[in-house]
Amino acid sequence: MPEFQLSVNGARFSVTAEADTPLLWVLRDYLGLTGTRFGCGQGLCGACTVHLDGMPMRSCSLPLSAVGTQKITTIEGISAAGLHRVQEAWIAEQVPQCGYCQSGQIMSAVALLRDSPNPSDEEIDAAMQGNICRCGTYQRIRKAIKRAAEMPGD
Amino acid sequence: MTTGLNTIQRRTFLKQAGLAGTALVLGVYASACTPTEPEGEIRAFRPGIDDIPEGTALGAFVIIDADNSVTIMSHRPDMGQGTFFSVPLIIAEELGVDPSAITIKKAPGDEKYGPQGVGGSASIRSMWEPMRKVGATARQLLLEAAAQTWGVTASACSAKEGWVWKTGGTDKLSFGELAPLAATLPIPAQPTLKAIADFAYIGKSVPNPSVPAKVTGTADFAMDIQRPGMVYAVVERAPFGATLKTLDDQEAKAVVGVEQVLQVRRPVDKHTFDGVAVVANSYWAALKARKLLKIEWEMPAATHDSDAVLARCHEEAMKGTAAPVIRTGDAGKAFAAANQTLDLVYETPFAAHAAMEPQNVVVEITDQGCELWIGNQFPDDVKKEAATFLGLDPTQVQVHMAFMGGGFGRKSQTDVAMEALAVAKAVNKPVKLIWTREDDIRQSAMRPPTVNRLKGALDERGKLVSLEHTVAAPSLAYGIWGMHSPDRIPGFLVEPMGEHVYLVPNLQANFALVDVDPLPITWWRSVYASTNAFGHECFIDEMAALAGKDPFDFRMEMMTHNPRFMRLMDKLRSLSGWDTPMAEGKARGVAVVKSFESTVGHVVEVSRRENGEARVDKVYSVVDCGLAIHPDTVKAQVEGSIVMGLSAAVKPGLTVKNSAVVEGNFHDYPVLRIHETPTMDIHILESEEDPTGIGEPALPPLAPALANALYALGGQRIRKLPIDLSAV
Repeated sequence: MPEFQLSVNGARFSVTAEADTPLLWVLRDYLGLTGTRFGCGQGLCGACTVHLDGMPMRSCSLPLSAVGTQKITTIEGISAAGLHRVQEAWIAEQVPQCGYCQSGQIMSAVALLRDSPNPSDEEIDAAMQGNICRCGTYQRIRKAIKRAAEMPGD
Repeated sequence: MTTGLNTIQRRTFLKQAGLAGTALVLGVYASACTPTEPEGEIRAFRPGIDDIPEGTALGAFVIIDADNSVTIMSHRPDMGQGTFFSVPLIIAEELGVDPSAITIKKAPGDEKYGPQGVGGSASIRSMWEPMRKVGATARQLLLEAAAQTWGVTASACSAKEGWVWKTGGTDKLSFGELAPLAATLPIPAQPTLKAIADFAYIGKSVPNPSVPAKVTGTADFAMDIQRPGMVYAVVERAPFGATLKTLDDQEAKAVVGVEQVLQVRRPVDKHTFDGVAVVANSYWAALKARKLLKIEWEMPAATHDSDAVLARCHEEAMKGTAAPVIRTGDAGKAFAAANQTLDLVYETPFAAHAAMEPQNVVVEITDQGCELWIGNQFPDDVKKEAATFLGLDPTQVQVHMAFMGGGFGRKSQTDVAMEALAVAKAVNKPVKLIWTREDDIRQSAMRPPTVNRLKGALDERGKLVSLEHTVAAPSLAYGIWGMHSPDRIPGFLVEPMGEHVYLVPNLQANFALVDVDPLPITWWRSVYASTNAFGHECFIDEMAALAGKDPFDFRMEMMTHNPRFMRLMDKLRSLSGWDTPMAEGKARGVAVVKSFESTVGHVVEVSRRENGEARVDKVYSVVDCGLAIHPDTVKAQVEGSIVMGLSAAVKPGLTVKNSAVVEGNFHDYPVLRIHETPTMDIHILESEEDPTGIGEPALPPLAPALANALYALGGQRIRKLPIDLSAV
């Protein structure tokens, strides 16, 4: 089995796994980073969203061999110390119900706010529509993103 | 669904000392949390004083340590509805501790905590009185201990934020200091409950302590569990009712990492379904190998198609032979005598729950017993069934209650645990079983479809004098429990007629069974209350139009008998600005439904977009759920019900062909996304009445309020779900 060098949340890891293994399962089962969730396996729901060089990606349908030297960031690594302002805003708005999709929601929101510090409703809808929440926390997600936008930057 | 009055007798409490560092444990006999348990069977024992007979177990609900730390056990599984916090919050309030300063721990799945099943929006309304009494009993013991210490009466003491205070002074003693003495005192015969006006936390929306873990990715879901030597299992499953004919697993077994391929059977209620499990040292290897299985299924003689099932529902609805379930006056006679009548039919499809967390479980069988990690709505059932399957004593089975990534009724079933147990028993290793999304949508028990026939008649003043609602559908009583007798149709099958908000002199509800065995069917958030309310509340609008009346006026004329209904309607009318005409290209509709003992009214606003499609812009909602224990959770449940109700109204249902579900993932079974979500303005009515259900009651009125709004927008009546917003 091939060996891969990965950069995850600023640390280096060596992983021996089949080249077509989706990054999601490498993160969860090989590296123990279980904050990234399995939802659909087809890149349709966003529960598995991580960042590759800062870009939101669906890790459930990204083969390990396609990661290369790109830096991976997961929910566990979005803040160097304490909570990220997006997480703070999520708590302030009491967004989660079951909470299962929220890691992915937050990863998408972090990327959105970096690219668009004061997003409009339309920009929020466009950036977040790849993330499904079956509990229906969408109204709170909108509010939390706007709240985070008003907080001091990353 | 019914809930009886919960009573806790003094003898059901047990204090226990002796755990390391623990000064007081307040336990409750399971029977005290069982509404139906005869009181005579409740017995209590004091360790060290009384002998505890073998087999007697009690659930520890409050644990006070000598260092003054307070732990409250959360015994009702949380699938996002908030019970992890809302049930312990009731105990904390009565006990006199700040709920944000205590530790809340998930109890294991265990019958000693009483029935733990979450469903029917029942947790708060069934636990309200028992949990208050648990908290109040502990408080009273601590007050009495303080009174004895100070040489005053207990009435001269009060409990607040983990301390007992002497009235009118600055003397205080911590719960931890008092606990050793409190543990020796007699259980109060009738603990004094706080007055609602004295509540410090209930009704105040204290932040939910499970939220931080859910935004950092650290909340524990079963799929996160790793065990030494654990293997992964996936299962290829037969169409419903088919059996394994031939299996060629040669190629599958050649995949690196695959350890075993075996036949497994999965019990789902009264059915058992066939499957072939692939076990491997990684999930990916198991998945890849599964695709290489060559399986021939032996199909049953007769199979089901959803179109044919719905056709049979229509046939049964029109026959006029459905069994009467509710009867007031003589609906048939009044209908025959009236001049203005309507007789209309409405339809809802099969649906999937599609919780974000696909089914999964970790099982480990050892020489000593068995452990399961699972997010399930009935963890105590999982324990009992696992023990039976393995031939173990229930005390040898431990069920670790994980958070559920959504449940919505699907996780009320134990099939996933039983499937994994069968695999674990065969491979003799810890097993993590994960269903793919396709498995979850195709192999889960479904929400049954319904056809609703409504007949109504107006008198000469345009008042509804007769209403007959016939439901023709698969029955969950029959599908799950195998129970069906036309003389004894359970009321939930004809919801919301059992909690009808309108006073109609001649009222009848009927039910006709449509058998879909062996298709598995199950509870789906709000169940028949929503599938039936769609037709019901659309029909009320159609009757209003026939009477030439405003839909709001027409409804309120029939609600004057109940001040709570009238208060809700008045508030909804003003909140939504119902009497202010809407701009061109916009319209609104109303619906109100009582279910799970709560009443919710929605006004849905829609508009026409430039491309001709209708858009759902806003939902106004007024809720009467009695006293709101945690108003922010109530609001969250209403938001969630609106989104899920809208999703069910405008997104496709499930298609069944040859007893197999056609759709498989979110591309062909889409659910509502953020850009399709309306804004919501939710108002919870202030109330001191006992709390009632909230996980489901806001779902039923959504689809009909939307359909009524779309009629106002486009002039076209909608009598079938799902609604195509591009064609209304």
